[in-house]
Amino acid sequence: MRVAIIGNGVTGVAAALSIRRLQPDWEIVMISGESSFHYSRPALMYVFMGHMSYKDTKPYEDSLWRKNRIDLVRGWVTEIDAAGKKLIMHEKDPVSFDKLLVATGSKSNKFGWPGQDLGGVQGLYSLMDLRLLYENVKGARSAVIVGGGLIGIELAEMLHSRNIHVTFLVREESYWTNVLPIEESQMINRVILEQGIDLRLLTELKEIVGDDSGRVRGVVTNEEEFIECQVVGLTAGVSPNVALAKASGIKTGRGILVDWSFRTDTPDVFAAGDCAEIITEGEGRNLIQQVWYTGKNQGKVAGEVIAGRHSVYDPGIWYNSAKFFDLEYQTYGTVRNVPVEGEDNFYWEHPDHGRSIRIVTKDGVVCGINVMGLRYSHRVCESWVAEKRSLDYVLDHLGDANFDPEFYEKCEAEIIKEIRKQAA
Amino acid sequence: MEQKIIDYDFNEETLGFEEPEKAPDKPLGTGEKLSLAVLGFGILMFALQSMGMPPGGTWAGFLLVFLPVFFGTAFYFHLNFKGTVPGIKHDNIYFRGLTNKGVLGWLVGIVFTGFYIALYWFPEYLAGGIKIVNPLSLALSGSPANNWFFYGFLYTLAVFIFGVRMFMKYRHNRYQKIRTASVMFFQLGFAFLIPNLLMLFNQPEFYLSYFWPLKPEYLFPGTLSYFVNHPGGLGMFLIFWGAVMTFIATPLLTYYFGKRWYCSWVCGCGGLAETMGDPFRHLSDKSKKAWRTERWLVHSVLVFIVVTTVLLWVNSATSGAVFGEASMSLKKWYGFYIGAIFSGVIGVGFYPIMGSRVWCRFGCPMAAVLGIFQRYLSRFRITTNGDQCMSCGNCSTYCEMGIDVRAYAQKGENIVRASCVGCGVCAAVCPRGVLKLENGGTFKDRFSGSDKPLGALIDSLKHV
Ligand SMILES: Cc1cc2nc3c(=O)[nH]c(=O)nc-3n(C[C@H](O)[C@H](O)[C@H](O)COP(=O)(O)OP(=O)(O)OC[C@H]3O[C@@H](n4cnc5c(N)ncnc54)[C@H](O)[C@@H]3O)c2cc1C
Ligand code: SF4
Ligand code: SF4
Repeated sequence: MRVAIIGNGVTGVAAALSIRRLQPDWEIVMISGESSFHYSRPALMYVFMGHMSYKDTKPYEDSLWRKNRIDLVRGWVTEIDAAGKKLIMHEKDPVSFDKLLVATGSKSNKFGWPGQDLGGVQGLYSLMDLRLLYENVKGARSAVIVGGGLIGIELAEMLHSRNIHVTFLVREESYWTNVLPIEESQMINRVILEQGIDLRLLTELKEIVGDDSGRVRGVVTNEEEFIECQVVGLTAGVSPNVALAKASGIKTGRGILVDWSFRTDTPDVFAAGDCAEIITEGEGRNLIQQVWYTGKNQGKVAGEVIAGRHSVYDPGIWYNSAKFFDLEYQTYGTVRNVPVEGEDNFYWEHPDHGRSIRIVTKDGVVCGINVMGLRYSHRVCESWVAEKRSLDYVLDHLGDANFDPEFYEKCEAEIIKEIRKQAA
Repeated sequence: MEQKIIDYDFNEETLGFEEPEKAPDKPLGTGEKLSLAVLGFGILMFALQSMGMPPGGTWAGFLLVFLPVFFGTAFYFHLNFKGTVPGIKHDNIYFRGLTNKGVLGWLVGIVFTGFYIALYWFPEYLAGGIKIVNPLSLALSGSPANNWFFYGFLYTLAVFIFGVRMFMKYRHNRYQKIRTASVMFFQLGFAFLIPNLLMLFNQPEFYLSYFWPLKPEYLFPGTLSYFVNHPGGLGMFLIFWGAVMTFIATPLLTYYFGKRWYCSWVCGCGGLAETMGDPFRHLSDKSKKAWRTERWLVHSVLVFIVVTTVLLWVNSATSGAVFGEASMSLKKWYGFYIGAIFSGVIGVGFYPIMGSRVWCRFGCPMAAVLGIFQRYLSRFRITTNGDQCMSCGNCSTYCEMGIDVRAYAQKGENIVRASCVGCGVCAAVCPRGVLKLENGGTFKDRFSGSDKPLGALIDSLKHV
């Protein structure tokens, strides 16, 4: 039996390792055009800023793959021949398979802005993008970043570290308010401004303007302002990378359509991670998850299914974390930017604006927690949400969740006082 | 597939990612320039006075050198970090020659190494510098400065200057601030002032913060008989102190706090590594091979020092009839190869090449003892925050002990490793708040994953 995996991101790797655990004798081949070995995509920024070398971003020693007999192929798949059970490769011999996992990740969104293909205009997703950024920053003094999400702020930090003046265009009234409640969002606005980044809220990109040589010269905003720049970062989100699957006749929607065991409509072809769209029957939209841990969990389950187990994916209770320059953020459960009917928000912010916590209850039961500038325990917060704890219970046990380093100033007493006041 | 991507094929392994181009830096502020000028003045004074210029050898001369050196550097670091927002500041570490084994790094390595060679074998080359610290030596210990006093003084000065840097760099992190204050305190008090003052009062020079087996002679029969016979009774106390620290305090404190109570809070070698060594901490080798080498080397040194100590005692008990020659030559051999070459020349001299904890990791017998306790009988562990790890590698990169912290964190397992000195930097640099150093309630719940000590031991033996 021979399993081929397209993509060596966290999803592909989790699948490969779980297949190997269950099927010691199967052949496994993992293909990627981007890199020879698996590396951590979230660490791209640290390479550019000089915190780490490229080799430090590889989560496993190179010898792991040989030891686990996972064959690595460096190359691009140009077509999936599902009927003929083989992958057509760019400038390489075809790779045959009995079962296939497509884990091709995401690609940066482009919304058809005028000038989006000019030189100096780019997204940030892959090592190729990083390489391109090396080219694009040559001689650059100022940059414009379009789109206020997680990758946008990372790119801002990267360019800022090279002394490039950054103008950050955010369409919403405040940074990332399509996800974050306004208070947290404003904490981040402050952080961005404090770094000397020119944050433009409620500002949209209208047009990217080039010079005669086809390189970007500046952008025009919806307010008809011209901002001069030599680099434009387009970071208005990512979407599932479905081009290959779609062209090969595998059924796609926004992502590659799969069931809860990651089977596509095509026999023996599976898809998981950023590129997959899990069909959700009944209410609700199909599920697309595009973060690291979901890729890891989806890949693991997909691997088990491919290896012959009856596994079904359980997305569990949502969590995530990020860092905005020096401000850390963690979220557990459901915290909406704007509360819906039946939800109550309790919020505490440290007078220095460096720390905050939000506890959300729905019908009296805690359903979500946000912390900024504090570290809270995943296990503890998750258990509160899973066990449907009351606000009182959570406040009584708040100290258990603190995960800050030793000797840090503990704010729990203040938090509890303030939130009890709000709840009264 | 998009044609553009195919065109953009490259080999990231061989190409690497060197430094991207940078827009010009802001020029140094007046304060920073002034600080550097003050430092330069101090260095110039040092050079001139060590060549015999007045007022070398007087208090005035001493202050003219070391006040500017200390305040110049300390203010420079202060101003340098003050202009930044508090947080992890690791930009450009991999682009600078000094911190990425470039020309400057090698140069500094050679200068450090040269200094140690002079210190151990050619102290006459340091005569000029020794003269400058003479007034301090006379005041503290009552005797003229020698190369060891000079060394102790510079060592303490370095811990303080770079301690200021640590305070500024980690001003958002109380664990780091308190820990840095602790190493500064123990270096100044226990490793510099007290030993010298003891000499002033005609007592044996004794370092209260060093014990057997790091200072093996404190349990050698020769030293003990010297202490016992020393008039005044303090000698007895020192023997008692040494024995209690080695046999009672070491296991007890390590049980409650892990080896960090010593390695990154008290020890002088650790003190220098945590201050002056901080800019080089990421240079430690993280490979499994290095880990294997580490275990072999550090435990061999321990066995060696235990054997030497036992032989010396047998020798002394039998008045030299048994092992006489052998035990003495072992002792000499240890002093030369381990004491001088390993802990000094390689341990500090190679900071810019092999990272700041080469000695602590590969050589220190005290670390080996503490490590065995920490691994098998301690409450200390680094816990992982659920599944928040995204495998970025900051923790492993900045672990001075070369521990692949990420390997555990990405599996959601606790980190329970003999070599971890508990510096807390992995937890500080993690951008997702994944790691936490803890003294848990018991030691039974420490092993959360595949890394049970017995299994790991058997595993490691298989690799031999
Ligand atoms: C800059 C950045 C920062 C991020 N930070 C975080 C973070 O902090 N936390 C978090 O949770 N998530 C973060 N993410 C998201 C996270 O990286 C992704 O969710 C995760 O990498 C998805 O993994 P995957 O394996 O599904 O896909 P990918 O990692 O995208 O891997 C897909 C692989 O498939 C290969 N491939 C695609 N098409 C082909 C083909 N035709 N032939 C051969 N190979 C092909 C690609 O080369 C790629 O290597 C970040 C993403 C980016 C871009
Ligand atoms: S594991 Fe963490 S605390 Fe331990 S030595 Fe390494 S960096 Fe320091
Ligand atoms: S620094 Fe944090 S997120 Fe990064 S690999 Fe280490 S534990 Fe994981």
